Parts: sequence; structure tokens; C-alpha cells
Amino acid sequence: MTTYLRPALSLVVLMTVITGALYPLAVTAVAQVAFPTQANGSLVHDEHGQVRGSALIAQPFTGDGWFHPRPSAAAYATVASGASNLAPSNPALAERVKADAGTLYRAELGPVPQALLTTSASGLDPHLSPQALAYQIPRVAAARKLPVERLQGLIEEATLQPLIGPPVVNVLALNQALEQLTRCADHRNCEG
Amino acid sequence: MHSYDFALLLAFFAIVLLPAPWLGRFYYKVMEGQRTWLSPALGPLERGCYRLAGVQAEQEHNWKQYALALLTFNLAGFVLLFAVLMLQGYLPLNPQRLPGQDWSLALNTAVSFVTNTNWQAYSGEASLSYLSQMLGLTVQNFVSAATGLAVLVALCRGIARRSATTVGNFWVDLTRATLYGLLPLCLLLALLLVWQGVPQTFADYAHAVTLQGADQTIPLGPAASQIAIKQLGTNGGGFFGVNSAHPFENPTAWSNLFELASIILIPVALVFTFGHYVKDLRQSRAILACMLALFLIGGATALCAEYQPNPALISEQVQQSAPMEGKESRFGTTGSVLWTITTTAASNGSVNAMHDSLNPLTGMVAMLNMMVGEVIFGGVGAGLYGMLLFVLIAVFLAGLMIGRTPEYLGKKLQAREVQLLVATLLVMPLGVLVLGALAASLPGPAGAVSNPGAHGFSQLLYAYTSGTANNGSAFAGFGANTVYHNVMIALAMLIGRLGYILPVLALAGSLAAKNRAPQGQNSFPTHGPLFTGLLLVIILLMGGLTFLPSLALGPIAEQLSLGF
Repeated sequence: MTTYLRPALSLVVLMTVITGALYPLAVTAVAQVAFPTQANGSLVHDEHGQVRGSALIAQPFTGDGWFHPRPSAAAYATVASGASNLAPSNPALAERVKADAGTLYRAELGPVPQALLTTSASGLDPHLSPQALAYQIPRVAAARKLPVERLQGLIEEATLQPLIGPPVVNVLALNQALEQLTRCADHRNCEG
Repeated sequence: MHSYDFALLLAFFAIVLLPAPWLGRFYYKVMEGQRTWLSPALGPLERGCYRLAGVQAEQEHNWKQYALALLTFNLAGFVLLFAVLMLQGYLPLNPQRLPGQDWSLALNTAVSFVTNTNWQAYSGEASLSYLSQMLGLTVQNFVSAATGLAVLVALCRGIARRSATTVGNFWVDLTRATLYGLLPLCLLLALLLVWQGVPQTFADYAHAVTLQGADQTIPLGPAASQIAIKQLGTNGGGFFGVNSAHPFENPTAWSNLFELASIILIPVALVFTFGHYVKDLRQSRAILACMLALFLIGGATALCAEYQPNPALISEQVQQSAPMEGKESRFGTTGSVLWTITTTAASNGSVNAMHDSLNPLTGMVAMLNMMVGEVIFGGVGAGLYGMLLFVLIAVFLAGLMIGRTPEYLGKKLQAREVQLLVATLLVMPLGVLVLGALAASLPGPAGAVSNPGAHGFSQLLYAYTSGTANNGSAFAGFGANTVYHNVMIALAMLIGRLGYILPVLALAGSLAAKNRAPQGQNSFPTHGPLFTGLLLVIILLMGGLTFLPSLALGPIAEQLSLGF
């Protein structure tokens, strides 16, 4: 038995040191030098240095003056993240979707995009399709007293179109731009 | 489907298939101890490991010694991981001061990672310290994949060698697979992922004040290094609870492509490694064609199914499009379905969309991929040794049909080999049907389902299929963290792992001992389209038909009830 025990135990320890300690430490060292922003969670700071969130984690925007992200089954909880796990056949899904559609529906805009009615897989989806954002423009424009075209332009500028994936807009970044725009409109002191 | 969807499919197959012949040859050279371009860097480390562990690299094992070494190593790894998980509250690198796991959850988690399953009945960011993730889980992610690779090359040697008593040295195979086979690719992928936005830090969770003034905790950690190996090692256990659906674990469409391709990069390459062992790459191409055909059939079915709007949501106020419940915007339908098919074909088990919310037939293809025994590319090593078992069964049946002694690459298949083959055919039914039926018939365990009707049964069926197939994905609404399911799914995972490994090693030993008969005109060729077709039919018959009744009760019943 000892012919097996010594190599087994030594290799468990050696592999723990190599793959469990040296490997993550090496990745951390390179990552912190090469991509410090991403490696530390893509944190978003304001002008006072306060952390205002992460570019990759959705924030629970409420109220008419903001663009809202995808609904979250876990109420945008970050610890722990979670999904609804509702089956397509679960009556609770159809009930929720139809009730939410009743609230959001605007006849002049047509049916409500699914992205606004369905919860994301992580509950923290930071993105939304341009179409689902366009559906929110009338509400935001009215609340902020901004022209609709200005908001359309804002969404267009913020749209990311990767070669291999659907077009998306980062909702936090969009709302930051929106805040900036409103401040400019109020004070008339911004450049450009 | 849009142009970007086709671009994704094209890029995925290009990344996976183009480097495979080269990578497959690389794995052959590494596992046979030949010099590669990595030898100058890793050679000293490799030899250092042997010296410290007291391993004689030239000394080979017969199959029993090889199996005993494997079992001892995995048992030692299990004990260490079990201890770390239970005691993490007293151990360092635990900035959130998380307590240890309860015994049944720790048992389940430890078995899950040692068997390359990565079934997770817990949520990483809420229950595991950085130390447990690194020293515990990451290590088993590496060595469980390396174990699969070791078993595969033992079988390859068994088929290729003549009148031999040994099948290799487990310690050497394990070390080489880890150091050369997995580490360099992981370093590369981890850095690609950090570039795309995956965190890699030892700092505490961050605290933010949102734009609307609410408090938000942002979980961080050494995520990229662990995610790289969980993809490449076909492990699948996420750093965060929702796995690769989490924006920190898979932040962009590009990270999605890298992680997707990583799932089957090594399993595809290993098909060519086998060809180098038996000095006949035509065999590799025949097997690869069969795997690809099964992959494409499943993929096309799932894509068609998932682009159907859910009839339950029909209303003039709701846009009728492909369902988005449980999916992320940045992946869309194609990026999610391709992942679902790849992760279940390859015994990876990571998810980027919630399988529970997929349309019934999409979920069924996922289950079927696992039920055929994870042979469509499959796990690192495990997929191909599972496929080679089907190849041998196909050869045996072909031999019966034409009335000759069945032989594969000159090795005669006799009573002992066929007994071992049949034993492996019983593994999936035992874990899925017997343990699954037991759980479904006990009121307590059956209460773990969270959806009503046929889908509730699908949840339970999926759990035991995933465990036995060593996949690890889930219909995640299933409340798996109970003592019963923790213990029974752990049992299913052990049956699914050892139920293949031990017969495969025995087979390797018995084939190695045989002399190689010269291949004449009477031999049944195992490299043409005829054989590929036979293999495909046998996999679907043996693997698929066994489970058709259970699928009829689950996803098929759900599909019909929804009125698609």
C-alpha cells in the first residue's frame, strides 16, 4: 500500500501547490499589471472617487426618469445571484409576463419586447437590446423633459454590435450618459 | 437567425476543428514523453515532481496497479477537499468569513469535483471562501480532467500494444496531463477572460453606492483562473452561483465564444491523439465524423425548438419571439443554445442560460446528449474512452452480423471484453433510471422539484442524468441541497465515474495482452462511412432508446401540453 500512498499524497500536495496556488497567483500577477480595471471588477467611480457600481453588474433602476434593465428574479441580489428557473409550462411564468405586459404596454408602440418581461439568467444582466430601450424612450423623455430624438441618439451611440453576438446597450452606462445630458440641459454649461 | 448568429457558429467550429490535428499530435507526444516546445520550460518541474513523489518514471503499471494508483490518488484528493470544505471557516483567505459546508453538502461537492462532474448544490459567491475555490476546487478541476486523460491513454496503449503486460504509469500520465496538457492553455484562456472583464483579484468584495443611492455589494475573487480550467477541463463548476451566465464569469459575446470553444477544444483534439497511438488517423476521422454528426443533429433540433415562441405567452401585448426567460441579452438565443448543446455533449455542465426555462425539446436534447453516455466529444479523456466502448460494441455487433470473430485494429474481441463492454452499458440506466425512479417515488425527495406537471419530473430526471453522466448542469430550480439528494447524487456520480473507469482499465489490460492479428481482406473496415453510420445508429439505439420512455413522461409530455 505504501508504494501507492507516498506518490498519491505527494502528488496531491504538489498539484495543490502548482495548480491551486502558483497558477492563480501567476494569473493574478499578470492580470493586475496588464488589465487592472477588468481584474478588479470593472468598477465605475464618480468624480469623488466613490465606487458607483460595476460596468458589468446591473443596478435596480426604478422610477420614470431612468432606463430600466432586464427584470431580475433575485431582485438584483449580487450575493447570491439567481434566476427564476420557471419552466415554459409553469403557469406562474405566463401570469407574471402577462401582468407585467399589462403595466408596460403602450398601444402606439406595439407589443412589449420580451426582454422587458422576462428575467435574465443571472438576475444581473447589465445589457438590454436597443429595441427594448427604445420602448422606454417616451416614458424617460416625458419624465426628464428631453426630446425623443436626443434619447434615440443616446441609445444609438451606446449600442455595441459585436461581430458574433446580438446588439446590446449597457444600461448603467446609458443612464450615466442620461444623467450627464440632463445636467447639461439644466445648467447649459457643458461643452459639446 | 441573424448574420452574427452564423458568424458565431462559424467561429466556434473554426476554433474547435482547425487546431485539432496539431493539438492532438501534441497530446500524443506529451503523454508518450517525447520532446515538445514546452519541454525546456516544464521538463524540470515535471522531473522535480517525480523526485519529490518518489516516482520512477520509466516503471510501468499493469492495469490493476494503474487502477489502484488512480483510486488512491482520487481518494486522497477527496479527503483533502472534503476537509477543506467543512473546515473553511477556520482557514485563511476567507474575507467574507463564510462558515464550513454541512457534511452532506461537503460530501456531495467533494465527490462532484473529484469525479469531474461539478454538480453544485451551493452558490459559490455566497458559500465558498477564496481558499476553498482555489486550493480545493481548482486543484480537482485540473487533476480530475488529467485523470480522464490518463485513463484514455491507458486504453489507447492497450489497443495499440502487442502482447504487453503494462498500460503506462499513472503518476507520470497524471503529471504530464496536468502540466503540459492543461496548465499552458489555462494560462492563455484565463488572461483572455480577464481582458474581456472577468475579475482576478484577492481583494475583498467591493461596496458601491448605485446611481440611485442604494448600497450594492460586488462579489470579486480569483475568478478567471478557475473559470479557465472549469471550461478546458470539462468540469463546469462556476465561480459564481449562476455559472457562465454571470456577467463577471462571462462578460461579453467574445468571452462567450472563447469559453464555448474551450469546452470541446481538448476532447476534439484527443480524437486525433488516438489516431497517433494506433498509427491510423483514418480511425480518428471516422470517430470524429460520428461525433460531429450527433452534435449537428442535436444542435439543429435544439436551435429549431428554441426559436419557437412559447405558446403559453401568446397575448397581443407581448412580443412573440424566441423566449428570453433565463437568458442573457449579450448571448441571445443562438449563443445560449449552442452553449447548452456543447456543455451537455461534452460533460462540461457549465451553463450560460438557465436550462430549466428552455423550451421542452431543447431541454430534451440536452438530456439525450448526457444519456448516450457523454460520448459526443465528451469530457477530457472520458468522452473518447466512452466513444471507444461504443466503437468496440459496434465492431462486436458487426462481427455477429457477418459471422466472424469481431476484431478491432487486429485485436480480437472475446468473451471477457464483451462482458466488460456490457457492464459499461448498464451504468447510465442504473444511475438515471434506478436512482431516479427511487427519488421520484419517495415523497420527500420528489418534493425537491419546483415546477408543476411534467416539467417537475424532467427536473428530477435531469438531476440524476447529470450526476451519472458526470455532467453537472441542472434544471436549477431543483432543490438539490437536501441530505437525500446530496448523498444519492454523490452515489450516482461515483457510479458514473468508476463504472466506466474500472472496466475501461480492465479492457485496456486485456487488449494489451493480445497479439495483433494481421488485418486481411476479411477484416471489417472501421474507418469508412459505413462504419461511421453503424456507430451512429448503435449509439442512438443503445443510448437513446433506453431512456425514451422517461423522456416521454418529461419533456415530450410538456411539449404536447403546451400545444407547440
